[in-house]
Amino acid sequence: MKKFKYLKNVVTLQIDQDKCNGCGMCMEVCPQQVFTLAGKTSSITDRDACMECGACARNCPQQAIYVRPGVGCAYAVLMDKLNIKGKCCGDVCGCSLDNIPDH
Amino acid sequence: MSNQLNKLPMIDDNQESTCRPDEQNTASFEDTGSANWITGQLETNAGPVYQVAAVLDRKDLTGSIKARLGLGRMDYIIPPGLYAVGNPEPTSPVLVSANYKLSFDQLRRELAGLNLWILVLDTKGINVWCAAGKGSFSTAELMRMVDATSLGEIVSHRTLILPQLAAPGVSAHAMRKESGFKVVYGPVRAADIPEFLSGNNKAEPEMRHPSFTLPDRLILAPIELVAMLKPALGLIGLFFLLNMAALLADKSPIIFISLLRQSLMDFAPFFAAILIGIVLVPALLPYIPGRALAWKGWVLGVLWVLVYTVLITTSAGWLQTAAYYLAIPAITAFLGMNFTGSTTYTSLSGVVKEMSFALPAIILSASLGLIGLIAGYFI
Ligand code: SF4
Ligand code: SF4
Repeated sequence: MKKFKYLKNVVTLQIDQDKCNGCGMCMEVCPQQVFTLAGKTSSITDRDACMECGACARNCPQQAIYVRPGVGCAYAVLMDKLNIKGKCCGDVCGCSLDNIPDH
Repeated sequence: MSNQLNKLPMIDDNQESTCRPDEQNTASFEDTGSANWITGQLETNAGPVYQVAAVLDRKDLTGSIKARLGLGRMDYIIPPGLYAVGNPEPTSPVLVSANYKLSFDQLRRELAGLNLWILVLDTKGINVWCAAGKGSFSTAELMRMVDATSLGEIVSHRTLILPQLAAPGVSAHAMRKESGFKVVYGPVRAADIPEFLSGNNKAEPEMRHPSFTLPDRLILAPIELVAMLKPALGLIGLFFLLNMAALLADKSPIIFISLLRQSLMDFAPFFAAILIGIVLVPALLPYIPGRALAWKGWVLGVLWVLVYTVLITTSAGWLQTAAYYLAIPAITAFLGMNFTGSTTYTSLSGVVKEMSFALPAIILSASLGLIGLIAGYFI
């Protein structure tokens, strides 16, 4: 299936290849197939597809990845700006990815 | 009530949650035994465990329809704990899930004929993905539930299969180090679980990417449409008042029915704009040029005004036409931007960037459009 891509050159994703041991965990957890194994280390090959979910950084045993994780939801950003709490995910908006039979 | 069930933690009502008001956490274990999806109990080393049905009955289905429409979805919580599907043994796999009933239902209905355990975490009734992003589906919560259910005594192995979409919240290596349990990320879709389990816990690359097909993109449309009900009624009310004011200014007689009919007619292009923003933008998402979602919405809005003013209405003067061009694309752009929350691919940085431009533009355009619309009634 065609991969959807969002804006170009905006994401905060970074990898320090000197720390990487090539374990492959980032490739396993990334829902957007951002990484590929280049030689013995992981490298970012589809940066604009990154949705900043933070899965790679949290699961990298070498702490080789940095990303500022967040939810790419305009409604949440707006509520945050207006300092309104308690109105997110699954409450009012479709913020929840309920549509994905998730497991 | 058995020991094991007593040991299971209740939802902590005092816990601060930025995501949901607290009083909604009402699930309790006392009621669980009588829930429609419980089929029996299974004895284990650490006490009895509820067995759950691997098929959904009518109550599950009407519940999920209600949840989709935003009705009573707050009650849609599964009490956290360990559950059994079929007749699992100590060697059977353990799947981990959120306590949002839709997530749980989508999981169990794919498990017919399998014997396994499901560990339901307390994710405050939120689905896996949101819970992982918001920190309630976390390494700490996973550890807490493994302890609370004495999972280590019930199963002989040390492997937990988590939904891949939980990975933003859980650190596999930290879990292993601190609890001895190995975390394996399963497929994104519950439907792929049987294949995943039979294939030695290996997920094929295509199992790791959430699909975002036409039905995926449209399934949230009903809930968004319901949310637009109030603004829509407000707009109809505004048109009603404006029509009335225009008649009064003209000293014309006021006939309620014709006033209402006129107001609904005035609302029609906006009604279409709402449908376009909520249904058509998601439906045509891959085919509308450009990347920013506000932009995609804006493009369709402009096209609609073009169609409307050229082909459908003949009575719009220059002022009204200009007002349509300002107001309607602003609405579709806003709804398009709002759809970022329903996608599987938008990043926070991208949304912030998009909003920094789109939001002021939308507000300006909508305000000017509104002024033009109002002025149109009196000129
Ligand atoms: S998870 Fe970390 S160490 Fe492993 S391949 Fe990715 S970057 Fe390298
Ligand atoms: S943040 Fe998420 S989408 Fe981006 S590279 Fe990491 S795992 Fe992939």
